[in-house]
Amino acid sequence: MPDAMHPTGLEDFPALRHELDRCMKCGFCMAVCPVYASEKTEGAVARGKIGIAEAVLAGDLALDDQEVIDTLFNCLVCKSCLQNCPSGVRVDRIMLDLRVAIVQKNGLPWLKAAIFAGLRLPLLMDGMMRAGALLQGLVFRQDRRLRAISPRSPFAFLFEDRLFPSPTASPLRDRLPSLIPARDAQMRVAFFTGCSFHFFYPQTGLDLIEVLTQNHVEVAIPKDQQCCGIPVLVHGDAESARTLARRNLDALEQSGAQYIVTGCGSCGGAWQHEFAPLLADDPVYGPKAAYWSARALDISTFLTQVIGYRAPQGQVQAVVTYHDSCHLKKSMKVSAEPRQILRAIPGVIFKEMARPDACCGSGGSYFLTHPQTSAAIAERKAADAAATGASIVAMGCPACMMQLLDTTHRFRTGQSVRHYISLLAEAYRAERLGQACRDSAQPTEHCRIE
Amino acid sequence: MVDASVIEVLQNIVGREHVLTRKVDRVTYSFDATADVPRKIPEVVVMPASTAEVQGIVNLAQSRQVAIYPRGAGTNLSGGTIPLAGGIVLSFQRMNRVLEVDAENLTATVQPGVVIQELNNAVAPHGLLYPPDPGTVETATMGGAVAENSGGLRGLKYGVTKHYVMGMEVVLANGEKVRFGGKTVKNVTGYEFASLFVGSEGTLGLMTEITVKLIPAPKFRRTMLATFQTIEDAGNTVAGIIKAQVIPATLEILDRKTIETVEAYAHVGLPTGAEALLLIEVDGMAEAVVEREAEAVVETVAANHGTLRQANSDAERDQLWAARRAALPALASLNNTVVLEDATVPRSRITDMLLACAAIGRKYNLVLGTFGHAGDGNLHPTILADKNNADEMARLHRAVEEIFATALGLGGTLSGEHGIGIAKMRFLGSELGESGLNLMRAIKDALDPNRILNPGKLVPAREAAHA
Repeated sequence: MPDAMHPTGLEDFPALRHELDRCMKCGFCMAVCPVYASEKTEGAVARGKIGIAEAVLAGDLALDDQEVIDTLFNCLVCKSCLQNCPSGVRVDRIMLDLRVAIVQKNGLPWLKAAIFAGLRLPLLMDGMMRAGALLQGLVFRQDRRLRAISPRSPFAFLFEDRLFPSPTASPLRDRLPSLIPARDAQMRVAFFTGCSFHFFYPQTGLDLIEVLTQNHVEVAIPKDQQCCGIPVLVHGDAESARTLARRNLDALEQSGAQYIVTGCGSCGGAWQHEFAPLLADDPVYGPKAAYWSARALDISTFLTQVIGYRAPQGQVQAVVTYHDSCHLKKSMKVSAEPRQILRAIPGVIFKEMARPDACCGSGGSYFLTHPQTSAAIAERKAADAAATGASIVAMGCPACMMQLLDTTHRFRTGQSVRHYISLLAEAYRAERLGQACRDSAQPTEHCRIE
Repeated sequence: MVDASVIEVLQNIVGREHVLTRKVDRVTYSFDATADVPRKIPEVVVMPASTAEVQGIVNLAQSRQVAIYPRGAGTNLSGGTIPLAGGIVLSFQRMNRVLEVDAENLTATVQPGVVIQELNNAVAPHGLLYPPDPGTVETATMGGAVAENSGGLRGLKYGVTKHYVMGMEVVLANGEKVRFGGKTVKNVTGYEFASLFVGSEGTLGLMTEITVKLIPAPKFRRTMLATFQTIEDAGNTVAGIIKAQVIPATLEILDRKTIETVEAYAHVGLPTGAEALLLIEVDGMAEAVVEREAEAVVETVAANHGTLRQANSDAERDQLWAARRAALPALASLNNTVVLEDATVPRSRITDMLLACAAIGRKYNLVLGTFGHAGDGNLHPTILADKNNADEMARLHRAVEEIFATALGLGGTLSGEHGIGIAKMRFLGSELGESGLNLMRAIKDALDPNRILNPGKLVPAREAAHA
């Protein structure tokens, strides 16, 4: 049995046992867990992991056992189990406590430590990503049409044939002033870009800004904003996550914005649900985090519920299906708003896929650490999306976009992968183009196409 | 004893990656959904993909005298999958294919690892239904449901698992494979083997294929929710509905404690102070018949001083069902140990049983709510306790014994649908008597003389017959 001489490593987590006790082992989590659906073992699903945690508390398993660590990290943190738990067990909190405890007991593995240091030191991260953008041709093959890259031999053994979005040599925030004005501005929001828009999908970020300015909202882009911290937090590095949360609170508060908008479920979920508990013991930043948790919104929620956005008149001719990103739906509870926006675009034929809220298998970095399970999960998502006959699969999270970029390519289902906000931006552009054509005495080539 | 040579043979049979030997994996098979039963870590977990592999595992276990604990999803409520002697947990999770849906013969043939809901998803495009629907329909496997003879919410009108099993392939303890039954409605060839293996809780053989009966899915339904100021009124309503020759698909009851807890938990708009609630759903293939049945229900509820709400849309139906769905989670939220019993009485004694359960809760100073399937007499007295409070757990155990005794006294049974497993084994003699226990042992000895199949479950050893 554990005692003072043989600590479990969970002594600093008094709430953990109570939360574990609330699990009645009914196994309802098995119905929705993507990892379990693929691996079919009890250790894959929340009930089994709770059993492992109980065994650690009882002294039957140890937190420094690599097999225990591996099993507890074999989780996408997609929060699907939370949605289906009749007892409302906070599996996400349990997993977080366990991972933090693992890091406290064993330290971070050197590779993670190096990467997380990069996230904490934005200049270093920036430099690495820029160098990566310049040097990507050495290691990766380019696919200019898809704006994607895949590893070249001899690096192909790493992730054979995997498609990654090309990192940009000109990250989003570098391209922009700190305040983007809007005609007849009614309101100011701060755009928390997150790393993915910044480094991989700057065009999507520009689309989001365009939609806001089209709706008379001026957009602050605080230069000092950093990673939201979710990537380090899910690996148990709570201290780095706290540091990042404090810096982000400072950066965003200075923007003078009434709301923070995000286009990424993980970033938005961090603002809504992670910063406040992380900083609960911090007398200065704790109240700030709580204040902003209610004022950080997904762009779709902001558009449909705060300002009542203007429906576009321009057309986007496409059959579109929508994938519910886990953190957007299960953490931020956003699922109706993006659909409302997509359905309101003239020309869009919206087709719901089977199991739209089944995880895509990305899990942030899960696809790197567990490529086989991740690909098996992705294959089901690709098949569900393809069965709708859609030409575009839309979503609200860049991590899912990266995963589905690879997935639709790998399984040759052929959908293009878009953030829903880009389709709205496109509809506004088509509207302006149509207006310009009507106003013009000599229609251009574009006008005839339209 | 599972040693390195046993592991090696298992790996040769199913492939190295389908034999789990790491302790962290084995720990996760040391429990199932049953509260208040011992945990035991198996020595190895093996996941076969075919009948031949199952036979290989049984032959190995027989030659080395190692116990086999078959397991589907581990959602049972009687400790049926706990590996009491260590040994081998045999998980059917990889044998999860629907082999055939035969719409002409109204049958489906499945491997044991198919989840019940997945079977229904496969037959729904044909307009068909596999009716047994335990609360775990989205997670429990067909193998587990057949082994436990699971019931569910549709038992009154549509029966339980045993009414749908038409044939099987079973691997016996001696390693032989036997097939019996099939797609014919009539079949009197040999003993009625299906009845032997349905509800055998993994103690007589390992099912590797199951053929079940399907029915055309009812096209129309009406859903109603009635509340009553006395339990007697609710009980008389149940009797009155049956007397009016209406057999509802669903006829569920919640007692006062459950209603209060559900309302505090889910805020679904239940009247506080109601003593009982009935959720009633009638269904059928003809709209006029369903309407007539609904009218009879409305009249019966009114005659027994009930207050009725009716659903006019799927959304309203969901609202009415919300109370019933929330019953277990709401009660479970009250404490860390949920003992969910399933003592069952003849339908005519439902009122007596509800009153008795409430009295037992008061007598032992326990939080006890009762809900369940009023139409078929299968109630779920649910006790919430703190497993760290020895005194409370002792009172809980005495209350459970009294609930069993009460059910038997009313002409009922220990278990309506959860099975005996290890949770109720010591009470078995009080219902079956010594001769019944001897019959159980004779069957077990005939099919599994070395007791390698799920030992320690369902069939009490001779000396432990009377606890």
